[in-house]
Amino acid sequence: MSLTLRRPTSTAPRTAGARRGKVERQWPLALALLAPAMVVVFGVVLYPMGRTLVLSLVDATSALQTEFTFSGLSNYTALLSNSEFWATVWRTAVFTVFSTAVELVVGLLLAQFLNQRIRGQWFFRSLVVLAWALPTIVSANMWRWILHPEYGALNGLLMHLGLLDSYKDWIGGPTQALFVVALVDAWKTTPLVAILLLASMQTIGDDVYEAAAMDGAGAVRRFLSITIPMLKPAIAVVLVLRTIEAFKVFDIIYIMTRGGPDSGTTTIAFYTYLQAFSNQEFSLGSAAAYLTVLFIFVLSLVYLRMLRTDSGGTA
Amino acid sequence: MHSISRRRLLSLPLVLGAAAVLPGCAVSGPSRGSGGSSGPVTLNALFMKQASYSEDDIRGMLAAFRKAHPDITVQPTFVAYEALHDKIVISAPAGTYDVVLIDCIWPAELASKNMLLDVTDRYQRTWLDDILPGTLGAITYKDRRYGMPWIPGGKIFFYNTRMLKDAGVDETAMSTWDGVLDAARTLKAKKIVEHPMVWSWAHAEAMVCDYAQLLGAFGGRFLDDAGKAAFHQGGGLQALEWMKRTLDEGLSAPSSTKLLEDDVKKVVVQGDAAIALNWDYMYSESNDPKQSKIVGELKPAVSPKGPGGQGPAVDGSMGLSVTATSKHPDAAWQLVAFLCGKENQLQYVERSLPVWDSAYEDPKLTSGAQAPLVAADKAQYGSLIERPQVVQYNAVSQEIQAGLQSCLVGGTPAAQALADAAAKVNRVIGG
Repeated sequence: MSLTLRRPTSTAPRTAGARRGKVERQWPLALALLAPAMVVVFGVVLYPMGRTLVLSLVDATSALQTEFTFSGLSNYTALLSNSEFWATVWRTAVFTVFSTAVELVVGLLLAQFLNQRIRGQWFFRSLVVLAWALPTIVSANMWRWILHPEYGALNGLLMHLGLLDSYKDWIGGPTQALFVVALVDAWKTTPLVAILLLASMQTIGDDVYEAAAMDGAGAVRRFLSITIPMLKPAIAVVLVLRTIEAFKVFDIIYIMTRGGPDSGTTTIAFYTYLQAFSNQEFSLGSAAAYLTVLFIFVLSLVYLRMLRTDSGGTA
Repeated sequence: MHSISRRRLLSLPLVLGAAAVLPGCAVSGPSRGSGGSSGPVTLNALFMKQASYSEDDIRGMLAAFRKAHPDITVQPTFVAYEALHDKIVISAPAGTYDVVLIDCIWPAELASKNMLLDVTDRYQRTWLDDILPGTLGAITYKDRRYGMPWIPGGKIFFYNTRMLKDAGVDETAMSTWDGVLDAARTLKAKKIVEHPMVWSWAHAEAMVCDYAQLLGAFGGRFLDDAGKAAFHQGGGLQALEWMKRTLDEGLSAPSSTKLLEDDVKKVVVQGDAAIALNWDYMYSESNDPKQSKIVGELKPAVSPKGPGGQGPAVDGSMGLSVTATSKHPDAAWQLVAFLCGKENQLQYVERSLPVWDSAYEDPKLTSGAQAPLVAADKAQYGSLIERPQVVQYNAVSQEIQAGLQSCLVGGTPAAQALADAAAKVNRVIGG
């Protein structure tokens, strides 16, 4: 919504004056309509952000603390000089790159499939969205049971099919566990990526493909030379959105591994949670949260720069 | 009609902001009401879902409390043990809960941060003569009491008598950890069970409990007299080497490093392991034909002894506390005293034993189905090993968990894994 605020015009004073009067009469209504949203935005976004910033600059070590000592940037320097913190950043980066890459590749293929004129197209589109529609806590619990080393359904199925001799621990090692939880994240979010790309794919006119076909371009060439370049803006959106989300991953890890085994899935968000709520080191946790925002901001800038469109603007 | 200037428009968010901020600022530490409950009172209480008393048990207790105190309504909330501590901490500023269940490792942290009500002076004189001394640690910090013990005892050592018999192993072997190791080797060699032992060695507090029990048996200590880490040498190191050996030899289920106590229970009652440490509740569930394939086969015993002849069980006592932010501390204390009272506890001995010494003379315990468990528990009460009683316990525990998993999962040599963990623990404790 945009409103003009008493801006005088010289060309049509009478008309402008009448419009201004109308606008001024509408202000109370506009404010009344905006107020709830502004209160909510302030209460759940701006105030917590400001409060977290303040906490990161003091020495908060109790949920009931009322008096604080200003500690400057010491919480930030403590984290940045901590090898354990950097290990969590590295794990988070691996998780983010792997899950986002899987989501993008599989999502693109899924979108391409869903874009075909096939019988039961609506059915397949509905089916794909199902995984995304499940609450993360439900899908994480579901996968925890499926992959359980003692009574998991996957082990049972593979044993039944004769593909396994004994139960396998699918998240046994730290590296293995990180990739498995990244795959679970990809399973959950790929449908969203596919739908976003599909929406963009449907804006590409058939005439472009027909012209390319008349010039002798095959299906693969059309996909690589038409579909992919024209999807660049959508891919940029997907990459930025998914990078931000993957970098903040918490719920899947909390449910499936709680940071283990051997700290292999302790990502930056889980580390932040441990510091803030398990250890009551609220200042360290707040500083870690702000560093996470900083990392995401830098990553997003890199993506947007890499995916500049030919016209020079960012995608 | 008034016009609204840009300045006035810009000032609006500030007004709205102040409206949002000021209530937040009002949360400033414990806000106690008078405590007098003249009218109807609603209390919020936080319990855990698994282990010990079930949700149904607790709802039954609350119904009985309501009958005795018609003016007090209790709204219970049940969460997993793993979420209990964080729920207490997060809800503290808002004063959401009046009564909370606390583990024996938290009093130092929660009491030092003024989150629990000091109830030392509310204790009746006779109580201290009758409450099992080992359970008082669950609610005590610096000689002040911050609640009442509710769930007593340490981890129990369980073994499957039928499997031992099939393997020709004499039960007397189970009195030492060396004997347990030999028995496990025999069970495996005779193919009675693929992995004779199963443990809760997931990256969680459960692993520290099992480690504490073994550390104690091998004569180790978590901290020395100066409060510095001491688990990386002597008995602490031998305990981890023992744990690693059982995994390397295939005597412990490889999945142990991913399991919690509830998982261990499921493995044992399905007959997929013969030896395990667990809390009391595994015993009654092993004898429930609806969920167990080993009815009548599981035997509870005192914790085996180590080379030095010690065999302490890890203290797993839990207590009920009134929060410092409760608006109805008197009513909350009435609830705590009722739930922890002997009469109430004797109604539910199948899920958890009482904290009252005199209750163990009751026929329900001396001759009922729980009698073998009672005997094992009672024998252990005098020799429980505590995990470090420090304000920063959670951070200390996380470092110990990381060190243990680094060895058991990551393959780091035990000595190095524990030395690294000890250095980190010293940094945490030293600030």
